[in-house]
Amino acid sequence: MFYREAGDFKTSYRDDNQTFPIRLDRAGYWIALFVAFCVIPFFVNDYWVNSIFAPFFIYAIAALGLNILTGYAGQVSLGTGGFMAVGAYACYKLMVAFPEINIVFHVLIAGGITAAVGVAFGLPSLRIKGFYLAVATLAAQFFLVWLFNKVAWFYNYSASGQINAPERTVFGVIVTGPNTEAWAKYMICLVFLVGVAWVARNLTRGMTGRKWMGIRDMDIAAEIIGVNPLMAKMSAFAVSSFFVGIAGALFFAVYLGAAEAGESFGITKSFLVLFMVIIGGLGSIFGSFAGAAFMVLMPVVLKNLLVGTMGWPTEIAAELEFIIVGGLIVIFLILEPHGLAQLWRLTKEKLRLWPFPH
Amino acid sequence: MTTDMNADSYVTEDGRTIGPVVMDLKNITLRFGGVVAIKDISFNIREGEIRAIIGPNGAGKSSMLNVISGFYKPQEGEVWFRGSKRPQMKPYQVAQQGLARTFQNIALFEGMTVLDNIMTGRLNKMNANLFQQAIWKGKAEKEELENREACEKVIDFLEIQHIRKTPVGRLPYGLKKRVELARALAAEPSLLLLDEPMAGMNVEEKEDMSRFILDMNDEFGTTIALIEHDMGVVMDLSDRVVVMDYGKKIGDGTPDEVRNNQDVIDAYLGVSHD
Repeated sequence: MFYREAGDFKTSYRDDNQTFPIRLDRAGYWIALFVAFCVIPFFVNDYWVNSIFAPFFIYAIAALGLNILTGYAGQVSLGTGGFMAVGAYACYKLMVAFPEINIVFHVLIAGGITAAVGVAFGLPSLRIKGFYLAVATLAAQFFLVWLFNKVAWFYNYSASGQINAPERTVFGVIVTGPNTEAWAKYMICLVFLVGVAWVARNLTRGMTGRKWMGIRDMDIAAEIIGVNPLMAKMSAFAVSSFFVGIAGALFFAVYLGAAEAGESFGITKSFLVLFMVIIGGLGSIFGSFAGAAFMVLMPVVLKNLLVGTMGWPTEIAAELEFIIVGGLIVIFLILEPHGLAQLWRLTKEKLRLWPFPH
Repeated sequence: MTTDMNADSYVTEDGRTIGPVVMDLKNITLRFGGVVAIKDISFNIREGEIRAIIGPNGAGKSSMLNVISGFYKPQEGEVWFRGSKRPQMKPYQVAQQGLARTFQNIALFEGMTVLDNIMTGRLNKMNANLFQQAIWKGKAEKEELENREACEKVIDFLEIQHIRKTPVGRLPYGLKKRVELARALAAEPSLLLLDEPMAGMNVEEKEDMSRFILDMNDEFGTTIALIEHDMGVVMDLSDRVVVMDYGKKIGDGTPDEVRNNQDVIDAYLGVSHD
């Protein structure tokens, strides 16, 4: 009833182009930002941050990255885990080599290094498409993990083969290492997520996004119109890998604290992020958030439900969790193949007219 | 009234000015392995005119259009555009020179809205870099708004205001054709190529489309080269017609000249071999 376009007149193209054209959406967006920045940090504890917020935020960044490549530019990638590893190891090397530089820059530079690696592995996309490209990126996944395990220079010759995040501060607040407080972890992930989402939205609504989508929908027509396929595909790989690299760096430095390439950034990570993007909705910013939330929250909710409420033994619950999550994914994709974002879109279309059917 | 059609520029009977040659095709030959699709064809397109390419199925019309838009590379012959020989180019570079086209089978971006499709047509007018677009301040936003205005003019002109924000995949065929025309027109091309703009349309839709083509040419002075099968439409719309058959040019001239050309009549009606 309040969700209406009526009366909300757009008198300039700037107004017409805005991300949330409906007043209630805009209000919701600002309230969500306010709550995320000014309310939640005062109440979070370690459990909430470590099992929900930090993984949700970091996976949302990775999902945004993959969504740009797969959802917007139409290039399938199974190398997300490998690219996250590049971000993590680049961040580690930078943190150790230049301790006097702020960690925020390290994360951003790690993203930049990942972008360069992503472009290098993206070059085959000029010749191959679809499943064949997926296999090529799969090669990147295995090669990168092998490289980080094999070459001791990457983990500074540590005996365990692990990388450990040293303690670093931002504005005097510890954000990495074991002494990090819950709210600091929460805040640094949130700031990066909001920044990444903002950039992703700007890129996808402008000409860059239209070029990507043109290549996705019909590459030959796009080229005849004037899209340079090399530049469009490479920029998609660069931006996507940049975001995935940031996610990898945060995953290692802020969330895990210690990481080993094969274990933390294996092929399962690639699939996890791909599932998020597919379940959330390809080619949608909101879908990246929804997909990450779904995949992070679902196991937590199920665990609390089965173990906490119904009193099942933990081992059985843990096994069942996989079955239920898997089943939900299948059911969900049959009901709505275009993901949570499409479901949300349909709900909004219905809401606009509610309580009238037409 | 007689007009000297070989002059540098002349005025047509309905008062439009036809300028000098924009596109000159010289002795084009295109082969696919052993098949010769185009055999030594030369013709030109002059500024401001509507130029039709006609011929029976398989005559090589679409191949000709693909040569002009840089999608096929002819084995022999030269393409001259605005007085200089065009070097080997990728299709997107040809587009940057000011060529736009539509396709026989609609080639729209189905997942995008009508507005986004049309905005994509203006990509050569926008040059904010990736960083400017990422922060969406200054140049990127300014360009977006300016080009939106230009797109709205095209949307008004083609009467598709009501479907501006509709995803193209949901539109019926006739409207898709119109949106594709809008995308090509939004590029403000110096030469617009239309590959069967009226294929599969009913009479009213054909009349609408004919009106748009004439108005485009009249109001914006757009030079148009089109392929079409509907003879009535071709003869009414075009200033000059090229007729192709089996990859060869068998006629070239005003609709009246072509209509009375014996080779053309033979090609269309058949000729007895006795």
